[in-house]
Amino acid sequence: MLTAAEIEDGLEDAMSSQANRVIDIDNLSLTFETNDGPVHALSDIDLKIEEGDFVSFIGPSGCGKTTLLRVIADLEQPTAGSITVNGVSPEQARINRAYGYVFQAAALYPWRTIAKNVALPLEIMGLSREEQQQRIQKNMELVNLAGFENKYPWQLSGGMQQRASIARALAVEPDLLLMDEPFGALDEIVRDHLNEQLLQLWAKTNKTVVFVTHSIPEAVFLSTKIVVLCPRPGRIYDVIESDLPRDRNLDIRETPEFLKIAHRVREGLKAGHSYED
Amino acid sequence: MSDTALTAPRSTNPFAGLMSGTLGPVLVVVLAIFAIWYVAAVALNTPFQQDMYERANQTDVPMSQLVRDTLAQERPVLPAPHQVIVEIWNTTVEKKITSKRSLIYHSGITLSSTLLGFLIGTLLGILLAVGIVHSRVLEKSLMPWVISSQTIPILAIAPMIIVVLNAVGVSGLLPKAMISTYLSFFPVTVGMVKGLRSPEVIHMDLMHTYSATRLQAFWKLRLPYAVPYLFTSMKIGMAASLVGAIVGELPTGAVAGLGARLLAGSYYGQTIQIWSALLMAAFLAGSLVALIGALEKLTLKRMGMAR
Repeated sequence: MLTAAEIEDGLEDAMSSQANRVIDIDNLSLTFETNDGPVHALSDIDLKIEEGDFVSFIGPSGCGKTTLLRVIADLEQPTAGSITVNGVSPEQARINRAYGYVFQAAALYPWRTIAKNVALPLEIMGLSREEQQQRIQKNMELVNLAGFENKYPWQLSGGMQQRASIARALAVEPDLLLMDEPFGALDEIVRDHLNEQLLQLWAKTNKTVVFVTHSIPEAVFLSTKIVVLCPRPGRIYDVIESDLPRDRNLDIRETPEFLKIAHRVREGLKAGHSYED
Repeated sequence: MSDTALTAPRSTNPFAGLMSGTLGPVLVVVLAIFAIWYVAAVALNTPFQQDMYERANQTDVPMSQLVRDTLAQERPVLPAPHQVIVEIWNTTVEKKITSKRSLIYHSGITLSSTLLGFLIGTLLGILLAVGIVHSRVLEKSLMPWVISSQTIPILAIAPMIIVVLNAVGVSGLLPKAMISTYLSFFPVTVGMVKGLRSPEVIHMDLMHTYSATRLQAFWKLRLPYAVPYLFTSMKIGMAASLVGAIVGELPTGAVAGLGARLLAGSYYGQTIQIWSALLMAAFLAGSLVALIGALEKLTLKRMGMAR
C-alpha cells in the first residue's frame, strides 16, 4: 500500500524529471562516528536544484555546507536518505564526469605549468592531444588567463591560481560546477572582481552552479537561490529564491532589493543560532 | 638607510667580507680541524717517541726536536695530516691505476660494488614503498621485517651473507653489493613511503572527482610528489652503500678494495695507510652524495619545482 506522502513524492519525482532537475536531495542525513560520540553533520536535508540555477550554501563553520557539497560530489557518503545527481547516484554522476569541482585552495600541481594543470583531467579522461589543446585554449580564455599557459603556479597570484583551477574544472565540460569557498582565501578587491567574472562565465556557459560561502554579500550577489544552513545538527534553516535580475553587476549591492535579501539571510543566520558562540 | 647601516662595518673590518661568504667559515673550520689534529698527533705519539729516546740513551731532547719526531714516525698512533696527504699523493698520482698499491684501483673496486648495491637497493626500496603504500596487507606484513632488518648490526650479518652466497655459488662483486643493498634499501623505502603518502588530501580528492584509477593517481600525483623525498633518501642510501661495501670487504679477507686496505693496514700496523684509505672513503662518499645532489637540482628544475 502506498501512503499519501509516497504518492505525492512519486508525483513530484515525475514532474521533476520534466523540469530538468539536476540535484534532488530527500531526507538526507550524514553522521560521523567519532571517539566523542556521533556528530550529526547533516540532518534531514531536502533540496531540489534545477538546471541553470546558481545556488549558494551559506552558514557558519560547522553547519555542514561543505559536507553537503562533498556528498553531491561523492566525496562523502550519506548515512540516511537519498540523493540523485542528473537522475543517477552521485557515484555514477562522478563516473559520468557530470561535475567539475573547485576546492578552497587552487590545488594546482607545482610541477605542471598552468596549461598542463588544466590538461590534467583531460589526460585522465584519455582525450586526444588536439582535443586537449583545444579545450585548454578555450577555457584559459574563458577565465582570462590566455598567455599564461607556460607559467608555473608559483609564478601566478592567488586570484590567478584560483582562476586556473576554475579553468581546470570547466575543461571537463560538465553541466554542473561545484565550488567550495573558492574565493575565501582572497582579498575583497580580488574577490569582487572574480565574483563578477564568475557571473559572466555562468551567463556565457549556462551551467548549474552550487557555491559554498560564508560571505552574505557574495551569496546574495551571485545566487538565484540561497540556502541558509545552521549548525548542530547541520540543517537547512531557510531557502531564499532571489528575485534579482540574472544580469547584474556590483552596483546592485547598493539597491534596496539586494539589501532586503541580505537582511533575510542575516536574520536566518541569527535565528539559526549561528551567532551564539 | 638600512643599506648604509648594513654595509658600513664591511668596509671598516677587512675580515667582514671574508666571513660573510661561505669561503671564510669553511676555511676556519678546516684550519681548526688541522690544528686539533696536529696537537692530538703530537700528544698521542709522544709516549712512544720518549721510549725511543730512552732506548737510544738520548736525554735532554729539545721540545722542537720532539715535536718534529712525533710528526715523522713510521707507524704513529695518530699520523699527522701531512703524512696522510703525502701517502694519498704517493698512492694515487704517483702510482699506475692498475698497480695493486694504487688507492684509485682499490677505490674503483669498492665503488663498483657500492654503485651496484645502491642501484639494486634503490629499486628494491621503491618497489617495497609502492607495495606498502597501496596495500594494507603488504604494509602490515612487510614493514616489521623492513625495520627489524636494520636492527641487526651489519658487522654480524655481513659474513653470513658472504658465506651463504658463496655456498650457492655466487661470488665476486655481487655478495659485497648485496650488503650495500641491505643497508641502502631501508632509507629509500622509508623515504618513498613518506613521499608517496605526502600528497595533500585536497589533491587526492581532486583525483577522486576525476574518477582517476589508482594507476593514474600514482603516475600523475604520488610519484611526482615523492621525487624530492626520493633524492633525499638516495643521498642517505648512497652513504650507507659505501659503508656496506667496505664492511663487506672486511670479513672476506678481500685482497682489493678500500676495506682490504684498511684490513691490511691494521694487520701490519700501517696507520698512515689506514688513515689515507679512510680519507679516500670519505672523499668518495662526499662526491657520490654531491653527485646525487646535482642530479636532484637538475631534475627538480626540469620539473619546474626549483625556484
